[in-house]
Amino acid sequence: MSAVGSTRGLLTPTAPTPAKRRRRFLASGEGIAGLAILLFVVAVALIGPLVAPHALDAPIGPPGAPPGDGAPLGTDVLGRDVLSRVLYGGLSVLRLSVATIALTYLIGGTIGMLAGLSRSHLDPLLMRTVDIFLSLPSLLLILLLIAGAGQSEVVLIVAIVLVLFPGAARIVRTATLEISTAGYIEAAVGRGERTVAIMRREVLPNIAPAILADLGVRFSSAIVLAASVNFLGLGASPPAANWGLMIAENRPIITTNLWSVLVPAAFLALLTISVNMIGDAYVRSLGRSDRR
Amino acid sequence: MSAPLRPAPTRNETALSLAGLDVRLLDGDPIVEQVDVTLAAGEILGLVGESGSGKTTTALSLLGYSPDGVEINGGSLAVAGVELRMDDSMRASRGSVISYVPQDPSRALNPSLRIAEAIEDIFAAHGDAHATGERRAIGVAARMLDTVGLPATPAFARRFPHQLSGGQQQRVSIAVALACDPAVVVLDEPTTGLDVVTQARILSELLRLRDEQRISMVYVTHDLAVVARIADRIAVMYAGRIVEQGRAETVLRHPRHPYTRGLLASIPDHVRPRALEPMPGIAVGVGERPTGCAFAPRCPQRTERCEQELPPLDAIGERHEVRCFHWQQTPPVKAIPLAALRRRRRPQEPLLRVERLHAEHRSRSETFVAAHDVSFAVARGACVALVGESGSGKTTIARAIAGLHPVAGGRILLDEQELPSLIRRRSTDQRRRVQLVSQNPADALNPRHTVRDTIGRPARVLRGLDGRALPAEVDRLLECVRLPARLASRYPRELSGGERQRVAIARALAADPELMLCDEITSALDVSVQAAVLKLLNDLRDDLGLSLLFITHDLGVVASVADELLVLENGAVCERGPTATVLSAPEHPYTQRLLQAAPSVAEAIDAWDAREAVAATRETPAR
Repeated sequence: MSAVGSTRGLLTPTAPTPAKRRRRFLASGEGIAGLAILLFVVAVALIGPLVAPHALDAPIGPPGAPPGDGAPLGTDVLGRDVLSRVLYGGLSVLRLSVATIALTYLIGGTIGMLAGLSRSHLDPLLMRTVDIFLSLPSLLLILLLIAGAGQSEVVLIVAIVLVLFPGAARIVRTATLEISTAGYIEAAVGRGERTVAIMRREVLPNIAPAILADLGVRFSSAIVLAASVNFLGLGASPPAANWGLMIAENRPIITTNLWSVLVPAAFLALLTISVNMIGDAYVRSLGRSDRR
Repeated sequence: MSAPLRPAPTRNETALSLAGLDVRLLDGDPIVEQVDVTLAAGEILGLVGESGSGKTTTALSLLGYSPDGVEINGGSLAVAGVELRMDDSMRASRGSVISYVPQDPSRALNPSLRIAEAIEDIFAAHGDAHATGERRAIGVAARMLDTVGLPATPAFARRFPHQLSGGQQQRVSIAVALACDPAVVVLDEPTTGLDVVTQARILSELLRLRDEQRISMVYVTHDLAVVARIADRIAVMYAGRIVEQGRAETVLRHPRHPYTRGLLASIPDHVRPRALEPMPGIAVGVGERPTGCAFAPRCPQRTERCEQELPPLDAIGERHEVRCFHWQQTPPVKAIPLAALRRRRRPQEPLLRVERLHAEHRSRSETFVAAHDVSFAVARGACVALVGESGSGKTTIARAIAGLHPVAGGRILLDEQELPSLIRRRSTDQRRRVQLVSQNPADALNPRHTVRDTIGRPARVLRGLDGRALPAEVDRLLECVRLPARLASRYPRELSGGERQRVAIARALAADPELMLCDEITSALDVSVQAAVLKLLNDLRDDLGLSLLFITHDLGVVASVADELLVLENGAVCERGPTATVLSAPEHPYTQRLLQAAPSVAEAIDAWDAREAVAATRETPAR
């Protein structure tokens, strides 16, 4: 092993430079395709409400009508335009997933870095607390919270964050632990930097690859969880449009207008797949040496 | 022990010959070029070079192996008279005809195999080549353990690698390599990770195996002192080519290539301490080799011809070859006494006093005492060295002084004021005055910060510098550690190991410290770089009046930097005194063992001189 190790030093002196990583990322078809799909889905979600031909909740024909004049994707279970509702329904999905992921890593990342840097009882204390959350069945936790605190977007976000942050905390802790004995961390401790400054300046930039590699999977979990809750009818409340909610609502008319379920489902799928493709391409761009 | 199974080779039989080796990266950049090596039976060849010289690549090529992205482009290899193709077709020969001992035994041995299984495994691999393999495997483990000087009991053979010490693990690796009676063994830095006492034992074991079983060895290392002890012949590599080759005695006593000379002048020696002469510049990397002599940019005796033409490897004496046009001008290695270099210093007040320091490592189940009742003082402008093997507690003591390890008992006083044990309790000024430079230049610097950010931060946090004063200070510090100002905007990955260690030193200096704790700061560096860093530290002491606590396991380094020396054994001080006194007349048995085990070029040269003198006196009366 040492033989390969010593020659590796000669071939790739250290981790690839940012420029090289960018080149590798762009050279991979997967990264480009992922970016293109993501941009398309985000564009639909953001611009959709501005260009929708019909109002969100105005019936334009019989319920469950197949595609025809004035309704390219037919009508839904209440006779509303499926195309318009698809165009309206992305924004809340996007808002929810971005907010959830941001909060997940804010909370999970802080706990993980604190635990990884700690040499005291703080580490086991934090991580065992995290384990308690990890041991609760995720949907049960979400449903209990909604039952207790009421049905709203904020409650849903908080609930999903509670499900997702333990995994993020564990990943961040492991990555932090790996670099916690590095000379530059000790040097920062030695000059008496505050913990927040050490986390922000010394730790975060160096564990960012681990976080970004993990982000894709967690992003899809957030979307799937939100869609599941909407499917159970406990997320966004009608008449709001939401891709997850649409799948649930239009289930009864799936035989008369398949598009009313298929199109929102496809958009959800495209969103999660593209984020994962980008994540994979990113990890690959780090090269063999940096993969965790 | 059973008799060697290989028929005893006759004298001067060639065990290995390699001609015209050429190894390249897949994109065509040469790593190793025009390397010819021959090895007689029962001979040990020391393949010497600094990192990036191509010595490991050459060693692996002898087994027909090249790592991903590298290919063996040309060359012919014959081992024990049999021509071998240097590619994966050598698989059957690896281990049976020519075998390999890797650098790190803790990673080379499969942790889930008992050591007997590890040794027997190689017979299974060579079942075809050795028709009687099955039968011989019985009892082979015991025989091989005995061969390498380990207990040959069934209980020992059933141990797992993690139940052995580093030295024992390396012996097992050697046993595996010898199990199928190969004609040649390639050893890649086999003692680099081991402490000196263990290293000395392994080296004498290898010499015994050479004498008793006439095994030929290629010993790859960066350490000329080790080579002086073990090798019959030496090949020095630089930038992928052999630059000097000859009998160990000839090359070490009369180096003719300026690079060999430079290496010898860079090595600190505890037997005959002298001022070090660092070589200018840094080694060229793969893909940036100049057209002429690769060493020319760093060479004090280069001419125009050197820059345009590649010198051939010329025979200049009996079995002595040099790749240099001007080898006759290479001066001998001078012995500049240390005293001439060091300014006289008046004895000063102690800056740091450590009183009955006690420190321990705690895990859930046990407490390990890392420092027991350690007391010493460091005077202003002085350099005190803490010496000991790994696990002797020297790093823990430095970390305790730096406030990074809790003190379990005793006091640490700076200027007669007690330093709180924890860094958070120390005042900004106390933190500023004591700085730690740690061992590993690879992780000493934050990879995401530029050199400017790294050096500037302590000046800002501890001295409150900002605005225009800060960049000026960074420039001054870079100059202080002899780095060009253009490096300020670089990231650590763009720097060499020596440059990184200088940046780490500059970061410590940025705090304007009075005491610098240097924890093995040169052990990861090549000798020529080490010499430059040690010279820098000496200069800083002279110019800034800096006090140093220097932690190392290398007695040669101690001899060239320290005024005073403390020898640690299992966390306790076993001997102390002025460096020269302790090194020349050690009293404690442990110090004596350390000194005896530490390899030294001067010692080897003395031995050769003595032998010559004896030979001369024998001849005279005969006439």
